[in-house]
Amino acid sequence: MTETEPAPSAAAASPASAPTGARYAGRRVRRLEDARLLTGRGMFVDDVRRPGMLHACFVRSPFARARINSIDVCAALASPGVRAVFTAADLNPDVRESWYTQDGPKVPDSPRPPLADGEARFAGDPVAMVVATDRYLAEDAAELVEVDYEPLDAVVDFREALASPVQVHASRPGNIAGRLTGTPPDAVEAACAGAAHVAEETFRQQMHTPSPMETRGIVAEWDGRELTIWSSTQNPHEVRAFTARLLGIPPERVRVIMRDTGGAFGLKVVPGREEQCVLLAARKVAGPLKWIEDRRENLLCHQARHESGRARIAFAADGTILAASIDHLQDMGAYPTPWQVGPGAAVGMLFPGPYRVPVATWTSTSVHSNTAGRVPYRGPWQFESLAREVLLDIAARDLGIDPVELRRRNLLSRDDLPWTNPNGMPYDHASPRETFEAALAALGYDAFRAEQRAARAHGRYLGVGTSSYLEPTTSGQPYYGSEEATVRVDPSGRVTVFFTGGSSGNSLETTVAQLAADALGIEFDLVEPVQGDTAVTPAGAGTGGSRSGSMTAGAVGEAARALLARLTALAAHRFGVGEDEIEVADGRAVVRGRPGVGATFGELAAYAAAAPPGLPEHLAGVLEASGRHTTPAPMLWANATHVCVVEVDVATGAVTILRHIVGEDVGPMINPDVVEGQIAGGTVQGIGGALLERQAYDADGNPLVTTLLDYLIPTAAEVPLIEYVHLETPAPGPGGYKGVGEGGAIGAPPAVVNAVVDALSPFGVKITELPVTPAAIVELLAAAGYQGGHH
Amino acid sequence: MAEWQVRMVVNGQAVEQAVEPRLTLADLLRDRLGLTGTHLGCEHGVCGACTVLVDGAAVRSCLMFAVQADGREVTTVEGVAADDGTLSPVQAALRDCHGLQCGFCSPGFVMTITALLRDNPDPSDEEIREGLSGNLCRCTGYQGIIAAVRHAASALANGG
Repeated sequence: MTETEPAPSAAAASPASAPTGARYAGRRVRRLEDARLLTGRGMFVDDVRRPGMLHACFVRSPFARARINSIDVCAALASPGVRAVFTAADLNPDVRESWYTQDGPKVPDSPRPPLADGEARFAGDPVAMVVATDRYLAEDAAELVEVDYEPLDAVVDFREALASPVQVHASRPGNIAGRLTGTPPDAVEAACAGAAHVAEETFRQQMHTPSPMETRGIVAEWDGRELTIWSSTQNPHEVRAFTARLLGIPPERVRVIMRDTGGAFGLKVVPGREEQCVLLAARKVAGPLKWIEDRRENLLCHQARHESGRARIAFAADGTILAASIDHLQDMGAYPTPWQVGPGAAVGMLFPGPYRVPVATWTSTSVHSNTAGRVPYRGPWQFESLAREVLLDIAARDLGIDPVELRRRNLLSRDDLPWTNPNGMPYDHASPRETFEAALAALGYDAFRAEQRAARAHGRYLGVGTSSYLEPTTSGQPYYGSEEATVRVDPSGRVTVFFTGGSSGNSLETTVAQLAADALGIEFDLVEPVQGDTAVTPAGAGTGGSRSGSMTAGAVGEAARALLARLTALAAHRFGVGEDEIEVADGRAVVRGRPGVGATFGELAAYAAAAPPGLPEHLAGVLEASGRHTTPAPMLWANATHVCVVEVDVATGAVTILRHIVGEDVGPMINPDVVEGQIAGGTVQGIGGALLERQAYDADGNPLVTTLLDYLIPTAAEVPLIEYVHLETPAPGPGGYKGVGEGGAIGAPPAVVNAVVDALSPFGVKITELPVTPAAIVELLAAAGYQGGHH
Repeated sequence: MAEWQVRMVVNGQAVEQAVEPRLTLADLLRDRLGLTGTHLGCEHGVCGACTVLVDGAAVRSCLMFAVQADGREVTTVEGVAADDGTLSPVQAALRDCHGLQCGFCSPGFVMTITALLRDNPDPSDEEIREGLSGNLCRCTGYQGIIAAVRHAASALANGG
């Protein structure tokens, strides 16, 4: 088998996705990343070893909120191998500017000091940083740092933050980090007043944490003039830009290198407080400085998805939706990173989902608490889908309409688009109704209902749940809406593609090589993708927001177009003909009608490098070209329906997922293996969020979950075989591609919840809070009067 | 802290090091021997990324001290492929089945699956899932990994 031969199973899926003339796009091309990763030759940040490297370890607050009266570092400084101990007084004053490019300097961001200064604001807040010659010695010394804390009352539960006398940040009265609202609620109130039925519930989602298998980490090496950084990041150019601003040095003197990032899921879009500390200290210590977050720190310091919301949907008697609204409250923790207020608005704006909702409104309030800081996590607005889809099932039961039928009466079809939802979201190029039907057909909905009845007769509780959403991918906002690539041909004939990257499991090296090979009409094996080193790659916004597929396709396409023009001009000059007489195909430029007269790309690269007399200056030298793609749309809409089938053991509350079908429309696929891998990974994270994962604190703000024995990431023993149904409505962008990174994590939780509720429908239980643990189910059944034995 | 002299064979090479008793086997492999393919995902024995073979048994090298490996034979992910670089049937199956994305957990899975199929060359679906349940992956949803175990089992049954 060659590197590029598609797997046998690819045959059926490939033709639909492959653009006309494409040899590699649309195929299950084997990944270029795998050989190094499977043999232990990857280069993750903790694998970086530099001569004289020092190691950092943080001293962290054990209290949710405490005044820091004093810090005594004498004993720690005297400990073996210790080179420095830094506190806020040493590092914080060096901060020049601290803002993220995606948000800009003017956004009303919350404070984010490198080290806690005067007050610790959550259990885990970094108070001091110890630097020693090895990690063991740094940890020894960290235990010797004496901090005099005066514990203070804390606000732990974000739902109490608005009314709490405790203020997490003095600059944030009422603990409000931000509040955003939609249109005035009058139209929604009027529609509700006249509706046959109004479904209304308050939903609560537990605190999650992204928990990539590789924690965060950084190595920073200052040579007196330049800073070289190795970082676990989704966005190397943002690390560079942020560092330059933070330290007040030219970005040209900051080089960021990432080779392999071990998962990110939003956690690694920007540098956090600990990275700031390392960057600030790098110029003050005598060697390269490394910090690798340990798992305890990873669990202590980041939260996501912790929110609640009162959701309402009004219906006519026939089930037609008349209005929808949501009042959303989200936990920022003490130090959200980056600005997290804006994404809350997306919960409100997307709440109407893929349905014909005529009027809607929303509010979103972001509040601080004395807990871990909120970070982006795969589909950060997914609460809209959870609230809407679970509420639709509740409404269907109240209305006496099958939940599938209720959705059929309201789902938008491809033919209904473009459609602007009442909150201003311009849906287009998607297929909600068609995808819904395709996913249900894969299940065999009616047959399942018969199976369910038969199973109940034998005391087995099966259930089905669906969840449908429309997801904005590939944002057109200025920072994200543009991406560049550079393509270079060497005299060897090999083609190197330089692109921003930030691949964190996204397989970008492989997909970029596929795209470049097609765009240039050359063999896949001739392409060398290079990403993640800011010294050689063009600036870009990295991975995030499900943008890489479409944006890299555009950037590679533009660069290839420019390169082909240059190859054509070179060949025309070489053979003394007009450019319109040159044809480029299969890695050669030939004179039309004279197949024997031509040159390979490599020969033309050598010709340009030799710069023979008469060759115009702009064609001489290195044979390369750059191109920039700017996305033409404000966003590209992907959509999906998840269909989940579960069995619930009513004695133990255990949930077994029997089937999980994902029907999705992410447009054509560059590599179906990569697309399905993204869907599966996201879906399993969503299943984890629905059933297993929970970060938690006690009433005093002490973290209860500090190991992966407590934070339950799904294992191979719990996950179903995921089934895929692909629909392909092209988006108005390069190749018609849309984003796929986040959707699985958005769609899975409500489908799982609805399936559990459906299984338990004989008991009439309602689920409005995650996670749906066995204990929660047993409690719900007990509250519903179930005493065990047969119902 | 006093150091102990330990001797072991790592990927077929004799190794001798003076180590503190508290040095973990994982840190010996990574920091002293430069075998950074063994990854640390939790350092408390749950995620399985640091799995290596010690006298053939799959072991979490974050939970084992280097001194406990004195006199033993250790195989890491760097020692699995053939000398000419050809991937082992388990490694090849993970590649062919899209069994990895970010690749951070993959070395642990390579070692776990290698031991699993040696002990049980024809595992049932349930045995595969059970056998993998001590290794965490956050990217793939395990779909390609489970498929890779079946794929590798049949490749091995057909002579590798």
